[in-house]
Amino acid sequence: MPRPYWNPYVAGAGLGLVLLFSYLVLGTGLGASGAITRAAVVAAHGLAPAAVEQNPWLGSYYADGQNPLAYYLVAMFVGTLLGGLLSSFAAGRIAPGVERGPTAGIGLRLCLALVGGALAGIGARFASGCTSGMALSGGALLQTGSFVFTGACFAAAFALAPMVRKEWR
Amino acid sequence: MNLFANGTLDTPLGLLLALVVGSGFGFWLERAGFGSSRKLTAIFYLQDFAVLKVMFSAMVTAAIGLQLLAATGHVDLGALYVPESIVWPQAVGGLVFGAGFVVGGWCPGTAAVGLASGKLDALVFLVGAGLGSLAFAALQPFVGDFLHAGTCAIGSLPQALGVSPALGAAVLAAVALAAFVGATKVERIMHKRNP
Repeated sequence: MPRPYWNPYVAGAGLGLVLLFSYLVLGTGLGASGAITRAAVVAAHGLAPAAVEQNPWLGSYYADGQNPLAYYLVAMFVGTLLGGLLSSFAAGRIAPGVERGPTAGIGLRLCLALVGGALAGIGARFASGCTSGMALSGGALLQTGSFVFTGACFAAAFALAPMVRKEWR
Repeated sequence: MNLFANGTLDTPLGLLLALVVGSGFGFWLERAGFGSSRKLTAIFYLQDFAVLKVMFSAMVTAAIGLQLLAATGHVDLGALYVPESIVWPQAVGGLVFGAGFVVGGWCPGTAAVGLASGKLDALVFLVGAGLGSLAFAALQPFVGDFLHAGTCAIGSLPQALGVSPALGAAVLAAVALAAFVGATKVERIMHKRNP
């Protein structure tokens, strides 16, 4: 039996202390979407190097002979995977599978995961950050744009939730 | 120590410390239950407000901590990397991102933790997010000007409203407390109706 999750206020305070530590030591907050973008750019570069280097936005990741993966957010993402692995292993929660509502099919769930991921990827680049970098890290510094992003994010998710109810409930 | 201000974030020491910070981030996300997409999306059906409780607790802890450390001279807020406020693209990005959150079931950080717990849907979401980033590269030439719309010289909300950041952090804490009380009430009502 997996162990129960921790109290959300305790987990939130723990997360907040990690964010505080990040600001104290790194001088910057948390982030996750930046590493995914960089991994995608590197994968695309493997397939079509010239096209990536000639694209003004994608090519900037390779400017001056840089390695897009030698970047602190990539290391942070690897750490996030390791920390998640440690915690889920210790709690007996490692369970390979496709998580979905009781009446949702695996195929539908995986298609929606891909579509949802693509939307989140586009949205994060418009906003220059995701729930970690923009909502949480910017919110702790009381940034106007962070509150705008968070409000818009939850408004859209609540508005669309009835349409995908079967996927979850 | 402030590696961002020293320009040493991408040195071996910076990468190592970022790995340590990331491990803490992943650990607490997983402890909170955020390695589960059903738990994450339950807030949108008013069943479980853990997302709101965890996010607000984390934000308030860090906000108050930063204000206290700044007031006692332990941290220079002006030397930190601050995510820039560009409100129009952030409003549109937030709407698109929120749609992706409820449809895909994850956000980038929680998908990492979901993948670490063995969830295949988290891996597919991350691949989708990578493809979305590449799609953005194709959109970028058409939306380049919009991406800078709404800077309006507003950084932080307290600054825009002309109040002190300490008061801003205190108001954030009060709003969070009110949200916790409200969310817990809604959870009770929903569980009675639908046990």
